[in-house]
Amino acid sequence: MRIGIVCPYSWDVPGGVQFHIRDLAEHLIRLGHEVSVLAPADDETPLPPFVVSAGRAVPVPYNGSVARLNFGFLSAARVRRWLHDGDFDVIHIHEPTSPSLGLLTCWAAQGPIVATFHTSNPRSRAMIAAYPILQPALEKISARIAVSEYARRTLVEHLGGDAVVIPNGVDVDFFARAEPKQEWQGGTIGFIGRIDEPRKGLPVLMRALPKIFAACPDARLLVAGRGDEEEAVAGLPPEMRDRVEFLGMVSDEDKARLLRSVDVYVAPNTGGESFGIILVEAMSAGAPVLASDLDAFAQVLDQGSAGELFANEDADALAAAAVRLLGDPQQRAGLSERGSTHVRRFDWSRVGADILAVYETVTAGAASVATDERTSLRARFGLARD
Amino acid sequence: MTTLIWIVAALVVIGVYLSWTAGRLDRLHSRIDAARAALDAQLLRRASVAQELGTAGVLDPAASIVLYQAAHAARQAEEEHREVAESELSQALRAVFAEAPQVDAVREAPGGEESLTELSEAVRRVPMARRFHNDAVRAARAVRKHRVVRWFRLAGHAPFPMAFEMDDEPPAVLESRAGG
Repeated sequence: MRIGIVCPYSWDVPGGVQFHIRDLAEHLIRLGHEVSVLAPADDETPLPPFVVSAGRAVPVPYNGSVARLNFGFLSAARVRRWLHDGDFDVIHIHEPTSPSLGLLTCWAAQGPIVATFHTSNPRSRAMIAAYPILQPALEKISARIAVSEYARRTLVEHLGGDAVVIPNGVDVDFFARAEPKQEWQGGTIGFIGRIDEPRKGLPVLMRALPKIFAACPDARLLVAGRGDEEEAVAGLPPEMRDRVEFLGMVSDEDKARLLRSVDVYVAPNTGGESFGIILVEAMSAGAPVLASDLDAFAQVLDQGSAGELFANEDADALAAAAVRLLGDPQQRAGLSERGSTHVRRFDWSRVGADILAVYETVTAGAASVATDERTSLRARFGLARD
Repeated sequence: MTTLIWIVAALVVIGVYLSWTAGRLDRLHSRIDAARAALDAQLLRRASVAQELGTAGVLDPAASIVLYQAAHAARQAEEEHREVAESELSQALRAVFAEAPQVDAVREAPGGEESLTELSEAVRRVPMARRFHNDAVRAARAVRKHRVVRWFRLAGHAPFPMAFEMDDEPPAVLESRAGG
C-alpha cells in the first residue's frame, strides 16, 4: 500500500507527535508498505529517507503559545506537489485542526483520508471563529482516530461525529529487554520530563519529597529532563538536596535502562495530557507506576489496576502512596506484572495492525488519493486543461 | 449601467457559492457510498467466517446451530431487517465465545487458527467501518439541513442519509487477540 503521512509539527523539534509518526512510518516500512512523510523541516536538518520537507515552519503566536506552523502559498504548492508525485492509496493526517500542513492537505486532497487527533484541547476561540472554514475541510476525512477515549470524547463534543480509539504505540520489547543500571537501582524513584514545565508536575513531587525521604531513609530521586536544576530543588531542605540526582537529557537507550532500574516511576502531571506515552514506556520496562489520576492516565493504567493512582496535585497523597510502594516489594512486583501484561495492547504489532485495518477499511471500494481540483475556479467553469 | 454590473457580480458570486456547496455535498454523498460499501464488505466477511465456523464441526452441536442460524439470517436479511439480524449475530458470537476454553477448542482443530484470526479481524473491523459510515452520514446531514441547500434543492434526488445502528460489541475473548 502507498501511504502518505502528514506531520504538522517541525521535524527538527522533538515531540510526542513526531516520535509517533517516525515509529509508525518505520513500522509500516518494515511490513513492506511504501511510506512518505511530509513534515516541516529546516533545509539543513538531516532527514530520514522517507521524510519529505515542506519547508521551514514559521514561529507564530497561536493559542496562547508560540507554535511553529506552515502555511501560505509556498507550503500549499508543496503539499499539492507531494500529493501529485506520491500517488497515494491513503493519506494519514495528524492533528488536522492545527492551522498547519494537516489542514492544508485536507483542503488540497480528495480520496481516502485518515486523521488522528492527538490533543484534547478545550475548544479555542480561534476554532469557533474558523468553524465554517474548517468544516468543509474536515468533512473530507473518511476515518477519524482518537488516541484515547478521553481524546475521543472531546473530539465528539467539539466537532461532532465519531472516531475509533487507537492508542499510541510503543516498542514494548525495546524497554522490556533493556539492561538495568546498577547505580540507578536500590530505593530509587524515577521522573522523566521537562523540569521547568509545571504541568509535568515536578513541583508536586518536590513538595511530597521531604515526607518520602523521612519515611524511607535509603530513597533517592532520579530526574531525567531539561530545565533549571537549582531552581527545582530550591524548595527542599538543604540536607535532602543531594538525594536528588539530575541526569539531564537522556538518550532512548538510557531512558529504557532508567525505567528498568527504578523501584517506582512517578508521573505527577497536573493536566494537559491526552494520552501518557511515558506511562506505557514505564510499564513496558516493568517499572511499578504511580501517577496522578488524570482521565487519560487512569485509562492508560486500566483504572488503577496496572498502576497506582493518587489525587491530582495532592502532594500528601503522592507521598503516602510512594512510601507504601517503596516499603512493599510484593505490591511492586504485582504492579509490575499486571503492567507488563496490560501494556501488550500498546505494542506496535497491535497498534500497527489496527491502523492498517483502518487504512484497509477506507480504501476498500474507494479511488486513490488525488489533488482536489474542484476548488479551482477555472475547473468550475470548465476551463481547466488536463 | 453600474447597477447592472453589481447585479451580475452578485449573481456570479451566488452561483459560485451554490456550485461549491453542491460539490461539497456531492463529495459527502460519495463518501457515504464508499463507507457503506466498506461496511457491507466487513459485515459480509464476519457472517461468512461465522457460518464457516458453524458448519465446520469444531464447536459443540448446540453452539454450531446457534452460530449457523444467526450467520445465515444476517446474510439473507432484507435491507430493513439487516440491523436487527446483524445485532443478533453479534449476540450469538458473544454467547458462543463467552469463555476462553471455547477459543482454545477451535484453535486446536485443523485450520482453526486461521478461522479465529479472520473472525477476530472481522469483529474488530465491523465497529470501525460502522463508525466511519455514521460519521459520514452525520456530516452530510449537517450540510443538508442548511437553508440554502434545502431552498435550492442542492442535494438533488439523493436519498436522505440514514445511520446504521446495531449492536457490534465483539466477544471479549476475541477482542484481546485481534491483530496480535
